[in-house]
Amino acid sequence: MYIIIVGGGKVGYYLAKELVEANNEVLVIELNPTKCSEIAETLGDIVLRGDGCEVAVQEQVGTGRADLLLAVTGDDEDNLVACQVARHIFNVPRTVARINNPKNELIFRKLGIDLTVSATSAIMAHIEQELPSHPLISLLHLRHGLEIVEVKVPEEAAAVGRAIKDVALPNQSIIWGIVDTEGNPKAPTADTVLHAGDEVVAVTLQASEEALRSALTSPAPQRSF
Amino acid sequence: MKVVIMGCGRVGSQLATTWDQEGHEVSILDINTHQFTRFLPETFGGRKITGNGIDQDTLRRAGIEQADAFVAVTAGDNRNVMACQIAKHIFGVDRVVCRIYDPIREEMYRNLGLRTISPTKVGARLIIEALDAEETETPASHESGDQTGTIG
Repeated sequence: MYIIIVGGGKVGYYLAKELVEANNEVLVIELNPTKCSEIAETLGDIVLRGDGCEVAVQEQVGTGRADLLLAVTGDDEDNLVACQVARHIFNVPRTVARINNPKNELIFRKLGIDLTVSATSAIMAHIEQELPSHPLISLLHLRHGLEIVEVKVPEEAAAVGRAIKDVALPNQSIIWGIVDTEGNPKAPTADTVLHAGDEVVAVTLQASEEALRSALTSPAPQRSF
Repeated sequence: MKVVIMGCGRVGSQLATTWDQEGHEVSILDINTHQFTRFLPETFGGRKITGNGIDQDTLRRAGIEQADAFVAVTAGDNRNVMACQIAKHIFGVDRVVCRIYDPIREEMYRNLGLRTISPTKVGARLIIEALDAEETETPASHESGDQTGTIG
């Protein structure tokens, strides 16, 4: 495979090293001359000094025949543009971007970047289950903007004691499974009643995440007498 | 209209001041607070928000959810492009204008449906037109001078 890496920092360097060892043709585009010479010294003549977001630079390294472009600079905006140039000008079949701000995942996906990798999200995913206050955990991103999430139903939630059919779930959200407080998994029906402490596994649109979280965790409105 | 401007440099501050004087509701964003004191007049009545415009939370703070228009005029093409795409595709802002210095990327994003302006292209064209105008309007001034004074 011919793989282009935009950004020759630590991530770019080690990716290049691994990919070269796995017998791929690799080219790193890096702006900083010091980093360029470091890469050239240890990995050989596989680096070009330049701005990987520029069409002329991507042209120079033959992006048109690349199988994959990985944009792994430290700046989300540069990674986005490098991927968009590769995709729209050079028709690279697959683009991958590193992102720092997990909230940028959605815009990258909407703009057609095939995969985003966020160290922030990866670390959050590992510690979220240990954070008792976090009511919604994103387990897996699917195609079409869908994702699998886990929501813990808190004691004060208005949904406690209600059947699933009576809880106003957002469109295109389905409850797939429930794990009760004893750790027993259940396949729910429309009549299954939610209990405090239930862990609900659902499929939802990423855009509806907040609405789903609210439906399952928001307390009943205060009544005034 | 409600407008959010990203980048308080010479262009951003001039847009902000103009629209503010015309009675529009202006929010202007910059990562550097110093830019506000440097470029905005004391009479500026809009909102000044310190933060990065490619951060959706910052855009929300600037009122992007209610904005009728968004303009990105920071010094970074990529930042402008990303912020404009967020404004358009995440927040559904109707009117979005993006400044891109690089004419090639400008063309690409125009083809992708962004309203873009390349000051490089526009500036070069204006200079060429100005020179051409000089030549045709005042030919005498160039030809009639003291020939000994011209540099060979």
